[in-house]
Amino acid sequence: MSLRSNVLDLRKRKREVQKGGGDEAIEKQAAMGKLTARERILALLDKNSFHEYDLFVEHAAKDFGMEGKTLHGDGVIIGTGTIYDKPVCIFAQDFTVAGGSLGLMHARKITKIMDHALKMRVPLIGINDSGGARIQEGVNSLAGYGEIFFRNTLASGVIPQISVILGPCAGGAVYSPALTDFVFVVENISKMFITGPSVVKSVLGEEVSMEELGGARVHAEITGNAHFYAETEMECFDQIKTLISFIPRSNLKKALAHKPKAPLKGVKIEDIVPSDPRIPYDMREVIKSITDGSEFFEIMEHFAPNIIIGFGRMNGETVGFVANQPMVLAGVLDIDSSDKAARFIRYCDAFNIPIVTLEDLPGYLPGVDQEHAGVIRHGAKILYAYSEATVPKITVIIRKAYGGGYIAMNSRHLRADFVFAWPGAEIAVMGPEGAANIVFRKEISEAENPEEMRQLKIQEYKEKFANPYVAAAQGYIDEVIEPRETRARVLHALKVSENKTSSMPSKKHGIPPF
Amino acid sequence: MAEEKEFKNLVIQGAIYKTTFTKKFENRVNYETPNENLIYSFIPGTIVDIFVKTRQMVKEGETLLLLEAMKMENQVRMPFDGQIVKIHIKKDEVIPKRHLMIEIKKA
Repeated sequence: MSLRSNVLDLRKRKREVQKGGGDEAIEKQAAMGKLTARERILALLDKNSFHEYDLFVEHAAKDFGMEGKTLHGDGVIIGTGTIYDKPVCIFAQDFTVAGGSLGLMHARKITKIMDHALKMRVPLIGINDSGGARIQEGVNSLAGYGEIFFRNTLASGVIPQISVILGPCAGGAVYSPALTDFVFVVENISKMFITGPSVVKSVLGEEVSMEELGGARVHAEITGNAHFYAETEMECFDQIKTLISFIPRSNLKKALAHKPKAPLKGVKIEDIVPSDPRIPYDMREVIKSITDGSEFFEIMEHFAPNIIIGFGRMNGETVGFVANQPMVLAGVLDIDSSDKAARFIRYCDAFNIPIVTLEDLPGYLPGVDQEHAGVIRHGAKILYAYSEATVPKITVIIRKAYGGGYIAMNSRHLRADFVFAWPGAEIAVMGPEGAANIVFRKEISEAENPEEMRQLKIQEYKEKFANPYVAAAQGYIDEVIEPRETRARVLHALKVSENKTSSMPSKKHGIPPF
Repeated sequence: MAEEKEFKNLVIQGAIYKTTFTKKFENRVNYETPNENLIYSFIPGTIVDIFVKTRQMVKEGETLLLLEAMKMENQVRMPFDGQIVKIHIKKDEVIPKRHLMIEIKKA
């Protein structure tokens, strides 16, 4: 054969394999409203940047009539490419090939690209669309999952790991996404559960649809397993690209700086926040009033919305924001919000992203359900995460900071680098109402008009303790600032923290209250 | 949008906060002190057999019924010496979790 005919032969072979499961299977995939694995990769990566490996890998199954079957690429595509010109490693399970089921060689391809991502210190993106373990391959497919989970854990905190759920992801398979940093789901397409509706029904008699059990909305709103929710695959890819633009490619790098921009004009920060601490407002407006271009990229928007997490830029640099949201549940800390914030804080810390905390909360949420579900250990996560973080940590107390919530939200005592408070801030063990009832119990109950006395004492407590100056007098707050100074003060604090050195005592690892 | 929602009151340490609730918060189960005279199913399943009758006196630890779930036959036992007040289930009935099975009272 001449070289020319070799090349033609190669092209023919490639064309054949690149068809995946063939036309019929591709049509089925489209009928489910899904793109094919290859279309997804091409839509996500920069144009002409995708380079594929292991295209000619064949499956290794010998039993149950598998020996004669051809499974193109063994149901998964792996490769490298770029997003905004930054390198990424990617794999996409191909549902058109044996339902994207995972066998030995399928898993070996995935672990190959994972090893590559870790070695080259570039982000890993995994697109999941698979019926699960390939039963014909028995324990080899379980071994495959195990090898993937192990690498997810090794790579955790070293390179960004992104999981995109674009089809079923059931049984053991869900644990790879769960171990990664960010999980993306799409309405009507993503399905994640440990045991599916049919098993739930046969064993427990509980009737539930796939969507209700583990659809996109469930994971975005209720379980907190998903970080980003989109209505279409294309919207999902846009979210991934935006995320990639905010984060560094590894824990050894800083996120790329963008061109600094001023916040949009017309947003007056002092007009957003009502002075009465019991009246709500949208904390996102406060964040947007201080970020570059008033842009804020929110993470886990629908889960535990009483706390807000996400990325913005200040002077062109990526900043992680953690902020209480008075608009939902008065901005309390509870199990879900602590869990949500703690994981994000650890992410920022691992990837050299400074954390700005905007604080306005009445404390932890009371309730038997919270106590019995373990709010003590879950609530401790946020304290642990802030204490452990050595990236620059800046806190602005916007309005109220009571009790355990005050300590938890990156207080001086957990080694915040800079703590600012607005002049209306109330820093106290509890709100004036609760405090007056306890401190002046006797005076109130013995007064001729107890209610009048209560109001009097609430006022007295407010004037004496519910202000920022008591904490400022102790140096717990570095400076009481005017609201309109907020951006400038935070920018300066970030600037002087650029070369921050801070370390934890030498240890193998801590034991956070997981 | 949240602005269009009607605000609800959330009381924390004596102060009333105007805010909105999440679905999860609204759907939370209010705590009730357990009534030791009511025996509920702790898992959904099938009633395989019932060994007691109404008004029967039963000793602590005696098996009242078999509840099959997750391929296991679970023996539901009498928590103290007492009497069967009412039986709310039938043999072969499939019941959900937290379903009232038997009412009892102390001897």
